[in-house]
Amino acid sequence: MPHRTFSLFILPSLLAMLLFVALPIGSVIYQSLFIEHEQIMVEVENCGPFGCTTERRVDAEAMAQLRAEEPAGRWNGLGTYFNAGHLAFERIGQIWDRTETWGQFLDQAMNLPFYKALGFTLAYTFIVTPFVIILGFCIALGVNALPNLAKGPVIFFSLLPMIVTPLIGSLVLFWMIDSRGIIGATLQTIFGDPTLSLKASPTLTWVTLFVYGVWHSAPFAFVVFYAGLQGVPKDTMESAMVDGASRREQVRFVVIPYLMPLVVFIALMQLMDNFRVFEPIVGFSAEANATSLSYLIYSDLRGQDTPLFASAAATSVLTTLGVIVLLTPVLIRTWRDFNRKA
Amino acid sequence: MTKTLLATTSLAALFGLAGAASAQCTIEGEGSVRILANDFQALHAVVSRATECASDSVEVTTNETTEHKDIQVAALSTDPAAYTVAVVANGSLVPLLNEGLTRPLDDLVAQYGQNLQESQLIRINGEIMAIAFMANSQMLHYRADLLEENGIAVPTTYEELLEASAALREAGVMETPLYASFLPGWDLGEEFINMYMGSGQPFFEDGSAQVAINNEAGIAALEMMKAMTEYMGPDMMTYNSNEAQPYWENEEVAFMTGWGSRTAAFIDENGAVPEIAAATEVVAMPSWGGNGIPATTLWWDGFAMAKNISEEDAAASFQAMMYALSPELVADPEVAGLAAWLVNGYEPQPAAEGVIANMQAGAAPYPMTPYMGLLHTALGDNLAEFLQGQESAEEALEDVEAAYTTAATEAGFIQ
Amino acid sequence: MTDTTAADAKLIAPRRRRRSATAKPLPLIALSVGFVALWVIAAAFPFLWTAWGSFKVEADFFSRQNWMNAVTGVQTLRQTGEAFTMDGYEGAWIEQEFWRAVINTAIVTFFVTTISLTFGTLGGYALARSGFRYTFWILIMALIFRAMPHVTLVSGYLLPFFELGIWGYLPTTIIVLVAINQPFTLWMLHSFFLSIPKDLDESAMVDGCTRFQAFRLAVIPVMWPGVITTGLFSFLLAYNDFTVTSMLLTAENQTMVPKINSFLGSTQAEGKVMYAVAAVVSAIAPLFVLIMFFQRQIVSGLTAGAVKG
Repeated sequence: MPHRTFSLFILPSLLAMLLFVALPIGSVIYQSLFIEHEQIMVEVENCGPFGCTTERRVDAEAMAQLRAEEPAGRWNGLGTYFNAGHLAFERIGQIWDRTETWGQFLDQAMNLPFYKALGFTLAYTFIVTPFVIILGFCIALGVNALPNLAKGPVIFFSLLPMIVTPLIGSLVLFWMIDSRGIIGATLQTIFGDPTLSLKASPTLTWVTLFVYGVWHSAPFAFVVFYAGLQGVPKDTMESAMVDGASRREQVRFVVIPYLMPLVVFIALMQLMDNFRVFEPIVGFSAEANATSLSYLIYSDLRGQDTPLFASAAATSVLTTLGVIVLLTPVLIRTWRDFNRKA
Repeated sequence: MTKTLLATTSLAALFGLAGAASAQCTIEGEGSVRILANDFQALHAVVSRATECASDSVEVTTNETTEHKDIQVAALSTDPAAYTVAVVANGSLVPLLNEGLTRPLDDLVAQYGQNLQESQLIRINGEIMAIAFMANSQMLHYRADLLEENGIAVPTTYEELLEASAALREAGVMETPLYASFLPGWDLGEEFINMYMGSGQPFFEDGSAQVAINNEAGIAALEMMKAMTEYMGPDMMTYNSNEAQPYWENEEVAFMTGWGSRTAAFIDENGAVPEIAAATEVVAMPSWGGNGIPATTLWWDGFAMAKNISEEDAAASFQAMMYALSPELVADPEVAGLAAWLVNGYEPQPAAEGVIANMQAGAAPYPMTPYMGLLHTALGDNLAEFLQGQESAEEALEDVEAAYTTAATEAGFIQ
Repeated sequence: MTDTTAADAKLIAPRRRRRSATAKPLPLIALSVGFVALWVIAAAFPFLWTAWGSFKVEADFFSRQNWMNAVTGVQTLRQTGEAFTMDGYEGAWIEQEFWRAVINTAIVTFFVTTISLTFGTLGGYALARSGFRYTFWILIMALIFRAMPHVTLVSGYLLPFFELGIWGYLPTTIIVLVAINQPFTLWMLHSFFLSIPKDLDESAMVDGCTRFQAFRLAVIPVMWPGVITTGLFSFLLAYNDFTVTSMLLTAENQTMVPKINSFLGSTQAEGKVMYAVAAVVSAIAPLFVLIMFFQRQIVSGLTAGAVKG
């Protein structure tokens, strides 16, 4: 296809992405290199319904002048990336000096906010993604074997975990897993432990979040696999059958290789989405035991009255870099495919 | 930073009674009124009254959204500003002041503010920058019937509160009689700030943004919170004010630190469990460490006005808000029950009694210092491990200090 | 369209016969049906529980006394005099005018889906047919765009949007959602077009069509299944979005999800949780119809499209 035709076809899509995604990303990266001007403070007397207090306050006029001169703030280079709220190299060094064993070192390093969040994010990504793929595949095999009449409703109900807004989904589930809720109480009976509470221990909180993650994303994998199954070539299946392959062998040697490209596609999307996990943490009030990179960003931007743009920008850039690292194997594969094709 | 509570306003003036003059909304001149507000019932009552002022010459638009805090700075930065009126609280006014986006209201108050009371005026360096109309704070909710049956006096200090909880547990009445919002994030940060307020110590070093909580008072406040966890349920790290009611109605807790704005639901005798509602009472938050200061912060909700708007719009908007906040607003008993109003003509309801009790006992307002929000976030994010027994109080405060210092440096408050 | 259906029918007939000839062993059927049944229960139960609970009062549905209260409705009976109540629905739909949010959602999802698909099919087609190296880099760039957390992007939009005076309106939100959704749409449609034989449009061009005519005449007729599947995911993105819609829309233009969020209350103010529950349940109903309607296309679309990855 000539360049001109190509650019005409891709133009609307590219324009939308450049304007509303690339441009903001550019400004995010730029912003992460600056910090706010030194604040000029004045002491003022505040009076209100509860009496008067003397407090410090920003001199807005003086600040406006500073900002007019240098709108982006003070140049900080990669300082924000390395500070205690992010990669914290300095603190890691201190911890390294004062700890004797690897165990102690890791223990203290994992207490730093960024690494704590990264730990949970990675655990979530690498546990949830494979389970989503396996569960989705099994459901697809099962549904595929159902009589046609039953398929429609089953597909609809299977999609529900993905459709119901996580806002409410997690609220309802949060009450269901409460120690007095229907799921929580049932689990207590099953395990014969009346003090069992999914919300109380860090381990169980993590498990709850993982289970929710799998439950929420399995329908996506299911739909994609189910469709893929419709396309498994019949003649290959039949020749396998003629060769005396058992059902298990058919699945293993015919179906799975055929669906491999789909596995890659789902893994790509799931790795990316799971790496940005955020909603379940808030939905399940799990902040005490689990924080993710997206949670840190949210906390910087929305947790307070004055947002910390540079800090949020730095975490966002690091998150994006993390996604790129995660996806490298997939990207290399795509590159090879592309070259073979071209 | 010295925080001196110079005067406790006369309560009669604060929750004052006055003759109500009822009238229709008439606005002199023309203009456009554009209100940005949070989305909850009490504010809705105010905002919807302001919309009654719409006429041929005055246009009134409102935007009530839970995300108001996140859009207000951007919305008021443009010229002309997207909104003329921003409904704020003492915390959310600060970012607008930092950017210099609000206008002094002295002239408008002089011209149209006949119904306002002195206590409603938020003065900063002598200039009126906002008008408050609601007050709020946390207060101690307790089950009067259980205390009476077990011969326990109403606790006035945290030490007594712990004893009372122990007594209830020993008497076999309740295993986990305490409820406080320990959910990490804003709630947990607020709990620590409340507790630390009870020590009377400053949060920051005098004349700088260096944090000063990593001291004996800070450790004592944390230890007190830790002592409370002894009497709280196993799920305490998920406790927040949204989830409190089911615990209360299930008779699992006898003491709760809760917001005055939510008290009405707990004492509603038409609610789910009338017997419990009837036995629920509120008092001022307890003090601790022999300081006699209630461990809480006082809050107000009010409105400020954008700087980048025309004089006509400003006048029309202020008049509309004055009409909305006239004594007629609280003449409706349903509206009066929604909050502790500071509006002329309001007669104190239970929700307000707790606020008054806190004030009388010497509680201070939530600091309007620009970097307070940064400390609040740092606290909310770094105390959970200590309360769950994975860290010492010193380590927790060290983490808070590190997180705060990083954030405050980035924001330009510390060099 | 009719041709394909006829061809499908021809394909299905022999397949059925063969299946019955090599019947599965009974235990395997039992196992597979049992597994699917378990999954359907796990997937649907929380929703059915919510649907049932939406007719109860808050004290029943969110009860700590006994979860059986939500089944028996003790408090509902005591407070309203009947075992089921429509209070949640009345509150959401009449008092809080939830229908406005429904209309806004309909507008947003319709336009996001159609615009996404229009841009996506054009772009995806070009990416699939061009062999130049830059197409690979465009695809990679799209992936990186998708990696950026939305909340960061949205914070960056606020000031420019207010300055341009386009903040708060539905079209702004629609175009932002389209842009955010483009990477996924491009990837999915790109792989779909790869699976459509090149000869199809190239022979049309040999016959004298321009590239666009070839696309219109030869490709569009066979692309619907893939487009509909991609559309389903675009639709769900627009339908469920909270980050973008809550920050970029005024209250009167709000879509369902931010509206539902406003029913939930905040730290200091009480919410109307049952309104939210009722709103969610009523928001699901149209989706049921939609999915039943498109079910066959969704499945056949994925078959044709995503397989090549």
